[in-house]
Amino acid sequence: MDAANAVNAAGAGSVAQGDRDLGDLEAHFDAVVGAEQRIEPRDWMPDAYRATLVRQIAQHAHSEIIGMQPEGNWLTRAPSLRRKAILLAKSQDEAGHGLYLYAAAETLGVDRAELTEKLISGRQKYSSIFNYPTLTYADVGVIGWLVDGAAICNQVPLCRCSYGPYARAMVRICKEESFHQRQGYELLMTLMRGTEGQRRMVQDAVDRWWWPSLMMFGPPDGDSPNTAQSMAWRIKRHTNDELRQRFVDMSVPQAEHLGVTLPDPALSWNEERGGWDFGEPDWSELKQVIKGQGPCNTERVDRRRAAHEDGAWVREAALAYAHKQQQKHQQAQQAQQQQMQQQQKQENRK
Amino acid sequence: MNEHRAMTDHTDDHVYLSLSEAPGEPEGEARWAYGTGFADPLLGVDTALPPGIDGADLAAYCLMLGDDALILAQRLIEWCTRAPELEEEVALANLALDLLGQSRQLLSRAGQADGTGRGEDEFAYWREDHEFRNVRLVEAPNGDFAYSIARLLLFSTARHALYERLASFADPVLAAVAARGVKELAYHREYAIAWTLRLGDGTPYSALRMQAGLDAVWPLLDELFTAHPVELRLGTDPAELRESVLQGLAEVITEAGLTVPVAAPMARVGGRAGRDGVHTEALGPLLAELQVVARAHPGATW
Repeated sequence: MDAANAVNAAGAGSVAQGDRDLGDLEAHFDAVVGAEQRIEPRDWMPDAYRATLVRQIAQHAHSEIIGMQPEGNWLTRAPSLRRKAILLAKSQDEAGHGLYLYAAAETLGVDRAELTEKLISGRQKYSSIFNYPTLTYADVGVIGWLVDGAAICNQVPLCRCSYGPYARAMVRICKEESFHQRQGYELLMTLMRGTEGQRRMVQDAVDRWWWPSLMMFGPPDGDSPNTAQSMAWRIKRHTNDELRQRFVDMSVPQAEHLGVTLPDPALSWNEERGGWDFGEPDWSELKQVIKGQGPCNTERVDRRRAAHEDGAWVREAALAYAHKQQQKHQQAQQAQQQQMQQQQKQENRK
Repeated sequence: MNEHRAMTDHTDDHVYLSLSEAPGEPEGEARWAYGTGFADPLLGVDTALPPGIDGADLAAYCLMLGDDALILAQRLIEWCTRAPELEEEVALANLALDLLGQSRQLLSRAGQADGTGRGEDEFAYWREDHEFRNVRLVEAPNGDFAYSIARLLLFSTARHALYERLASFADPVLAAVAARGVKELAYHREYAIAWTLRLGDGTPYSALRMQAGLDAVWPLLDELFTAHPVELRLGTDPAELRESVLQGLAEVITEAGLTVPVAAPMARVGGRAGRDGVHTEALGPLLAELQVVARAHPGATW
């Protein structure tokens, strides 16, 4: 049964009928999700599922847009024209990712303007990692390697998310993210083969970004109350700690290949579990940054708000223009119709 | 380290695992923005200087056009994270990428033509302000969105007309840059026209600002049509473009319900302007920012 029709059927029935149909709808939803099929925008879905997705997709979209700022900080100063082009293309991709994600959120019945309003008024969040400052050009490379790398670990499983529009947006986004990551890593390789000053710059950036990158996976599983429901809905596929472990296991050999030291004295290979043991991130710092006390929280949101507010007159003009064009088009159509009617009358008189 | 790669049983990890193994170029690299891949942008282009072309003149001309593109790209980049709408973030970055790509090829060509073998970065990062040959139009600060659109309208209309001619220029590299540039500039012009119309025929407030933007930028237009001796020697007198470009601009401005400005051209300094390395005060800070990291690390590779 088509879920959209089912909603109509439920609405038309008696209360008892409605309850029973609601039960059917839920059973159908659970069956679709359980069979690894996709929920589509017109399908019935539980309110909490919808709300969770809106929150997550919006937060993801905001992260793409706010995430343009830390690297954008270096766009005008990129030390070679090729690096400038690479960084600019990446920044452009992020704006594009924001657009796809806002579009995916819109399929759930919210709109971009409303979500933007929530972002700039602080009612919706974005990834805390972007509240850290970028202090040298090596940060651009480390963000590509570690931050985009952690994002990929988080996002690749989302390509199999139960909500169709989100899953499809993620396929494209992940492809582009992996290219950004490769470019970031290539920048770091170049710097590590460069001058002593460049190598120091890379190590310094790794020292500052390693722990915040680990915190991108969210709080430890024991402190992550929403994980179980998200996993049952097949929005999320792995727990925070599983993804964090995976990220560490992949990053350690890459750091070695690069020739940098990860700033964690507790890192050691655990033969028994076939993974790296690592130290505990400073969760109090994460909480501080989430609460708005990070080094750049204020300036990131202020910048976004300023762009939005400074651009208001431009968006209003575009709307007014589109409206006028539409009116002109309608008037032209009406004039054409009147002309045709008059011609018809004249024909009839003959 | 292979024995430590623990997570090979996950199907999700392919994108990440390939990183430090770096197996050649991935498929579909061509769809990424031009010149952002890992290859030399001029690789495989025939760079021999054709007979009858003076290398020094060609180099000087490539710097003029390359600097125009570079400095305007830098101004467009300043819009990043500040654009009025996300679609404009994407579009403005796209325009900047096109111009940056043109600039890289033109600066590289200059280094081949003058026989010094200097690369794009040596020109972009290690010249002084007075060695830049761009017109003053492109270095002016962004102003508001209307000013930026007005500047883009003037530049893209004039540069599109110029590239159309240069596509058959005697130097194959410059001709190739121009032939590609014609298509890019056609889009830049379309974009600028669309916004000129929206702002001009949008709200009363946007019309005021669009008019103010055009009025403010107009005095800088003339320099694009003022021939430098190098251009005359190469047979590319930009004055020949003046009439058709002005007519094209007038059509757009009129359609937008605005008035074609009558402002007189900005004066030159002892007869010299951007093409002679005599700029406005805006260029110094722009270059200081553009060059600061490169200059802090002399001899470094990025």
